[in-house]
Amino acid sequence: MPSPLRLTGTIASRGFAEGPLQPLAATTPLIRTSGSPTLEAQALRDAKTRAIAELKELAAATQGPGADMLEFQVAMLDDDALTESTFERIASGTSAGAAWTDTLGEQIEIYEAAEDEYFRARSADIIDIRDRVLRVLSQANDLAIPPGAILAGDDLTPSQFLAVDWARGGGIALRRGSAASHVAMLARARGVPMLVGLEGLPLAEGETALIDAEEGSVTIGPTDEARTHFRRRAAAGAGQKRRAEAAALAPGRTLDGTDIAVAINVADPGELSDVDVRTCDGVGLMRTEFLYGGGLPDEETQLAAFRRVVRWAEGRPVVIRTVDAGGDKPVAGFTIEETNPFLGLRGVRLALAKPEIFRVQIRALLRVAAEGRVSVMFPMISVPAEYEAAKTLFLEEAQVLAARGVNFAMPRLGIMVEVPAVAIFPELLSGAAFFSIGSNDLTQYVLAASRDNGAVASLNEVRHPAVLGLISNVVRFGQRHNLPVSLCGDAGGDPASLPDLLATGLRSISVAPAQLPLAKLAISQLNLGAGS
Amino acid sequence: MSTHPAQVAEARVLINHEVGLHARPSVKLTKLAKGFGARVLLALDEEGPWIDAKSIVKVMATKAPKGAVLFLRAEGSDARDAVEALVALVERDFDEGEAYAVPS
Repeated sequence: MPSPLRLTGTIASRGFAEGPLQPLAATTPLIRTSGSPTLEAQALRDAKTRAIAELKELAAATQGPGADMLEFQVAMLDDDALTESTFERIASGTSAGAAWTDTLGEQIEIYEAAEDEYFRARSADIIDIRDRVLRVLSQANDLAIPPGAILAGDDLTPSQFLAVDWARGGGIALRRGSAASHVAMLARARGVPMLVGLEGLPLAEGETALIDAEEGSVTIGPTDEARTHFRRRAAAGAGQKRRAEAAALAPGRTLDGTDIAVAINVADPGELSDVDVRTCDGVGLMRTEFLYGGGLPDEETQLAAFRRVVRWAEGRPVVIRTVDAGGDKPVAGFTIEETNPFLGLRGVRLALAKPEIFRVQIRALLRVAAEGRVSVMFPMISVPAEYEAAKTLFLEEAQVLAARGVNFAMPRLGIMVEVPAVAIFPELLSGAAFFSIGSNDLTQYVLAASRDNGAVASLNEVRHPAVLGLISNVVRFGQRHNLPVSLCGDAGGDPASLPDLLATGLRSISVAPAQLPLAKLAISQLNLGAGS
Repeated sequence: MSTHPAQVAEARVLINHEVGLHARPSVKLTKLAKGFGARVLLALDEEGPWIDAKSIVKVMATKAPKGAVLFLRAEGSDARDAVEALVALVERDFDEGEAYAVPS
């Protein structure tokens, strides 16, 4: 047995995991046994449906040009033209996998024969489509990734993550990767321990690995002593988690009795089924981008989604953010491809540039506001003119609804504070009803370091004095002008960042549901020295 | 654009997109076409072959490059709306840049 190896990396998702190493390269399709043509046709239909569902979930969570390619793959897979000839082949006795491979092979040839370089390059996408369905097909019979395994590799894609049954344990150890990646977000949401940046991580299949994603280490081939120590730490961690879950039901209050409002961020109403509404002070950020995953949503679709969250909240406040799309989060028929999307037409800028699309959402927001404590906030506000223009659209659409005889109410209209200009000089936007600090974007704009880029991720630090100073500036402005200020970025759910954030005077945060218990526990152990 | 009032509508439009009718424009075009009840066809030549504009597999396989003229034809009660919407999409350069319509 090789000697134990201990590596340290960056914590992408906290927790403990122990299991056999499963190199990602080894998760390629396995051979499945084929059945009758009827069974094969059904297997292919199922695989196609699962592949599409996987791609859609992935596309909804993906930023950047990758989302376009995923949407293209969904459209291709959804096209009967591709499956018809596969079914013909299956009917003549070919297995599902071979029939699919042959059909896609014809397509790949078409692209490879193209004169145009761009079309030739698309053959890679078709190969990707082919392999995705083949992978799903093989997983139908054989679980390629054993439950409870520690996935090890250079990097992990969201689709690979989603293919694993994490309910049965396991963890992720990556040589590269980023704590800000979408896989990391998925891992935190599901409570899967994950470490990134583990240079030199061996990909030794079946070797026992211990992930300690509280201190950021992974141990391969541990000694008995190391294993005992690990299990003691994991048990203590589990105890901490249980205490956190108990703390979640208590109101957010520090040791010295300072009340902290703790709301949740909702990316999709589907997440709410696992959340006890009594653990939170409402919804501090309801994202609306998921509505645009399959094109432009109509008014009724949006209203139904908003209504679901407002009803779930049972009278607690709900803050809905207007669509925050852009070149990095593309929506067909809405966003524009840009070379530098983070400094381009995104958030409220895009919404105002496409008012006919924005107005549809505004009508749905006005209607749901009549049904609960609804506030609306605009993302990426830089100057007061944008706030005024958005507000004018609300007033105009209110008249439209009044003329229609539809029930509506004017929600409180606030802004996200994520553009440094607003955080530096909030006075210009004192007309907004409230501020919600988007610490993720604010941090990346202040430090000029993307949170998605592992090479500069260490610069992306909310606790940098420049970022904390701006947050403090916004909080103090809110106190002076009686303007509610909250924070809805990932930092609010990070126990390590909370002391500094609350020290600025911030008294309201909104966090991912999975982060809520530990955030509340961290708050309950803090002493802000109130009354001194 | 010549249209027959009731059932059939036709139009032609110049593709000015930098890389032609590639993945993203094809997704947009087929999605839009699927929103109409009419049968929607397209071709790179007036004589055809005409292919189903609702099938991205077939639309992509035309490999229509920048500068190609796209012939559109729809049949059905909303044929005219379908052709107008598709022409508008191509003219808007699939909402990605500049394009020009060819008067016909």
